[in-house]
Amino acid sequence: MNLSEKEVSKRIEGLPLPQSIRRALEGELQDVEVSEEQFSEITETVVADYRRSKVEPCEAVGVVAAQSIGEPGTQMTMRTFHYAGVAEINVTLGLPRLIEIVDARKIPSTPTMTIRLDKDYALDRDIAREVAWSIESTNILHLGSMATDLAEMNVVIELNEDALLQRKITAEEVAGRLAEGTKLPAEQHANQIIMTPPEPSYRDLLQLVEKIKTISLKGIEGINRVVIRKEGDEYVLYTEGSALKEVIQFQGVDPTRTKTNNITEIGDVLGIEAARNAIINEATDTLREQGLSVDVRHIMLVADIMTCDGEVKQIGRHGVSGEKASVLARAAFEVTVNHILDAAVRGDVDDLRGVTENVIVGQPIQLGTGDVKLVAKR
Amino acid sequence: MVEGSNPFEPAYRLILGSGFMKKFALQDHGLVPAHILLSPEESDEVLKSYGVDSAHLPKIRVSDPVVKEIGGKVGDVVKIIRNSSTSGESVFYRLVID
Repeated sequence: MNLSEKEVSKRIEGLPLPQSIRRALEGELQDVEVSEEQFSEITETVVADYRRSKVEPCEAVGVVAAQSIGEPGTQMTMRTFHYAGVAEINVTLGLPRLIEIVDARKIPSTPTMTIRLDKDYALDRDIAREVAWSIESTNILHLGSMATDLAEMNVVIELNEDALLQRKITAEEVAGRLAEGTKLPAEQHANQIIMTPPEPSYRDLLQLVEKIKTISLKGIEGINRVVIRKEGDEYVLYTEGSALKEVIQFQGVDPTRTKTNNITEIGDVLGIEAARNAIINEATDTLREQGLSVDVRHIMLVADIMTCDGEVKQIGRHGVSGEKASVLARAAFEVTVNHILDAAVRGDVDDLRGVTENVIVGQPIQLGTGDVKLVAKR
Repeated sequence: MVEGSNPFEPAYRLILGSGFMKKFALQDHGLVPAHILLSPEESDEVLKSYGVDSAHLPKIRVSDPVVKEIGGKVGDVVKIIRNSSTSGESVFYRLVID
């Protein structure tokens, strides 16, 4: 008697297999007539095969992961910059980026965001550009020119009418923001703004110029440039600088598909699980961009270890390696003298349970068959 | 028609930025997997089936934005259903800590 399709699906659901294998099995058995006997033979083979493919108990997965990521790492370029599209946005890639990811740097050397827009905003170039302009942090040099008048001892700002219209800010608003930012009065006549330092000194004048340049007049602070690129039929914004929390609240931005390359920021705004996914994605993308393929399981292991304490910690002296229980294992990694000295002062005891410390003292390591203890049952 | 896509009517009607707040569920974000808060009975069951103490579980901070969203307290167990590229869906547990 052949099993009905429903019965097959039901039985597959109950198998001790991961979802992807169950789906694949279900797909294979869809339009095939199978008898009870054949079905159980198939599932037994699949389950046995799956069990065989699993990692053996006591296998040193960490060492394998380190090798598997480290070896392709030797083939990566030491320094590369990549330009996102025609429009020159710098992104660190290659080995420096990979190091940055596993070091859990608070701020990456080139923070950048990929902003996707809501349906109503993403399809039209003009609207997308509007959003881009209102996100981009605007300073005075975007809007016009600035000159120092040494005879009058003041700063003269000439605003550009077109630039004001384009960025949707009025001369009054600019004057207001400048007065607020410098705590000095800003005289505004049409498109000209004159600011005078409190005392007529050259130093104050030059300092005032520098100060004015740094004031953000509009947009989100930290987003220094925004570039629009068409992907498929939607327009996507790429930024130089990152401010995830502010950007996802912006009108027109699709918060669910907007991301940054700053993993710590993702951890703060979206939580530890999102940070884990970000580590996996960023590391895989960095390797793939260099034409290297590393099995994602190795990267997942690294991401899991980095996030298992509820916050993103680095692989290294101040993170995973620095938290090892064994003094000898820590001393073998970096700053040997400090660790041994501190341990001696505290009177620490090393239980010799890990791999490194047992290699150091010349004992069998507790891995693979070395980790199996036999107990006689009487 | 998308607002502002008419060339004779520029998109000046869009009011952008300036203090506009938008609410969205963090769990809708593509990077955030589903987080489910377990009842004490359910978490006991999980711990028993793995044969571990709750202290052995991976941790998640009580200040984590998603934990705040689902209202987790210190000592709770959060079930996380991850989308995995290798196994389709995989289940993970984290203990909420201070």
